[in-house]
Amino acid sequence: MELAILTTLAGIVEYAVPVLFAAIGENITEKAGITNLSVNGTIILAAMGGFVAALITDSILLGFIVGALIGAAVAAIVAFSSITLKQSQVAIGFILALLCRDLAYFLGAPYTNKPGIFLSKVPIPGLVDIPVVGPVLFNHSLVVYASYLFIIAAYLFMFKTRPGLMLQGIGERPAAAFARGANVKGLRYFYTILGGALVGLAGPMYSLAVKIGWAGQLSGLDGIGWIALAITIFGGWNPLKVALGAYLFGGLQQLGITLQSTTNIPIQILQAAPFPLMIFTLLLVNVGRAEWVERELAAMPEKPRKALTKILRALRTSPPASLGVPFENE
Amino acid sequence: MPEEPQIRQSPAILKRSTWIDFGIRFSAVILALVFTSIILGIAKAQPLEAFGSILKGAFGSTIKFTSVVASWVPLVIATSGLLFTFTAGLWNIGMEGQIITGAVFTVGAFRFLDGTGLDPIIVILLAFIAGAMGGIFWALLPGLMKIYGGVNEIFGGLGLNFVAKTIAIWLIFGPWKRPGVASGSGTEWIDVKFRLPFLEGTNLSPVILIIAIFIVLFTAIMLKGTHFGLRLKAIGKNDKAAYLLGIPTTRYFLLAFGICGLFAGVAGAILVTSKQYSLIPDAGFGYGFLGLLVAMLVNYHAIWAPIVAIFFAALSIGNTELQYIGLNSYFAGVLQGFLVLFVVLVDGIRKRLLKKR
Repeated sequence: MELAILTTLAGIVEYAVPVLFAAIGENITEKAGITNLSVNGTIILAAMGGFVAALITDSILLGFIVGALIGAAVAAIVAFSSITLKQSQVAIGFILALLCRDLAYFLGAPYTNKPGIFLSKVPIPGLVDIPVVGPVLFNHSLVVYASYLFIIAAYLFMFKTRPGLMLQGIGERPAAAFARGANVKGLRYFYTILGGALVGLAGPMYSLAVKIGWAGQLSGLDGIGWIALAITIFGGWNPLKVALGAYLFGGLQQLGITLQSTTNIPIQILQAAPFPLMIFTLLLVNVGRAEWVERELAAMPEKPRKALTKILRALRTSPPASLGVPFENE
Repeated sequence: MPEEPQIRQSPAILKRSTWIDFGIRFSAVILALVFTSIILGIAKAQPLEAFGSILKGAFGSTIKFTSVVASWVPLVIATSGLLFTFTAGLWNIGMEGQIITGAVFTVGAFRFLDGTGLDPIIVILLAFIAGAMGGIFWALLPGLMKIYGGVNEIFGGLGLNFVAKTIAIWLIFGPWKRPGVASGSGTEWIDVKFRLPFLEGTNLSPVILIIAIFIVLFTAIMLKGTHFGLRLKAIGKNDKAAYLLGIPTTRYFLLAFGICGLFAGVAGAILVTSKQYSLIPDAGFGYGFLGLLVAMLVNYHAIWAPIVAIFFAALSIGNTELQYIGLNSYFAGVLQGFLVLFVVLVDGIRKRLLKKR
């Protein structure tokens, strides 16, 4: 296969990684019944914080730890506000999304465009020599390899382990989980903060590995968090499908980079390309539930109706039943 | 994501202990100031010096103060529109894109009507109507997608914000590019005769001030004193119950979006005719997002919107002065963000305490 195609494919795999962590992190949080809408700001603040921490301490590892801690701290505010105080999850998340972004741009100003350290590529010996698969999957930095394990681990945890089933329980039917002795509020705190830490990791994954450096508002990170939130919905709260959504997004971004070098379309237009697509996919996965669609379907002749119903069913996703609903121990 | 009750308090609690209530609320302001001071400390700046230069930047001269009022106008208009959607229990996060679309339609109308020989005042009026139409159009989209497509208005609106900005950029670099070379700094300026005149020695057009005052009054009366406002509120509290009681919820949802979009479009037209005079990529200047913060702060009390908005406008304008002490202009966003954050948190704590007592 041509080298250019392999490079592009490898780029997709790499670009998908931060979004993948953020979207699966949010997936875990939402499974527990909490929506953390602050993702966009969290990623930007963690990207700045992680970059600066790594720059000052000369330690990449510390950069990632700081990123995760920032994400966990922001998520803790979301958890306190929505679980303990029962304030609107949308309100607190949206406020934090704006606040964290502005904080990052304000505090990060002195570090803009400073040369820092970054994660280098570690080709996996042996595997990298496999034709096609090797250069695409096994010629990356460590975060990319971590993402492969993470997707599988998140899926297995959520659907194949006891704590994973409990996680689903507190998001679907918290009262039943409580009756069986689950500490619903405590678990919701735990998973909100855990999910937030994973979202936070996405920040340094950009600034230290995928989109190296910190360039303030020109870092091009604004908007990615909202996409991550949409990918969670698109993926139907299933880590495998969420990962697929992240790779589609990575593909779009990579396409943008390729188009930008070959045509003279302004970069801002290419950067916005995923958003109409996001609206479109959200329409696709949701429209099957709309009343008028059911009415129209009922009026159709049998054959096309069956086919259409099948397609809409396959596309349809439904959120955890108690997503966004506060829980009170009775 | 399902709808949920928003930051809303019961009026009974308000009456019971107004003073304690005021004290608790005020502590949110103190907390916000403490936290922003810490942030300033991290940025190695003197908090007092920073706050002082913001005050100077906002009220230091007639020009500066009238700039604050000129910035209050689109902000309070955006907030007023958002109060309609908030009351109906909707999160119109697409406000920013609706303002941008308003600006796009306004500039489009000027381009279309310039040279037709119509009286400039008629042209300005038509451009405002075009802007309003643009805003309504862009606001109905998330409404329709919510009702007929099951797409949560938050995501619909967010996506449409980016799409609106992209359309503006495409126009700036493409069909509406300046003669010669296209540039991200915007389209060609509209003719001088289409610009709203300022009061002598100020940065403020009296026309936009009158529009803003009219919209603020209209909003307060509609939401507090009419059946329409009551029904909207009923839908916001529980749309299924409201529907069973015979309120046509779909129509009211779309009306709320439409009114919000109308105001957004007018704000876009105001920004074109009295501030930017052209179409730029950020034609909304962030007023849509800022309006959301103000609307959350005033918490359904339309009366408070103008006061909170003037404070936020003063911060945003005064903030530009910070560059002279080596800080960037994201500081206003930090302070505004902390303020709303602590108001929401303190409000939650207050409700919890009152419940326990």
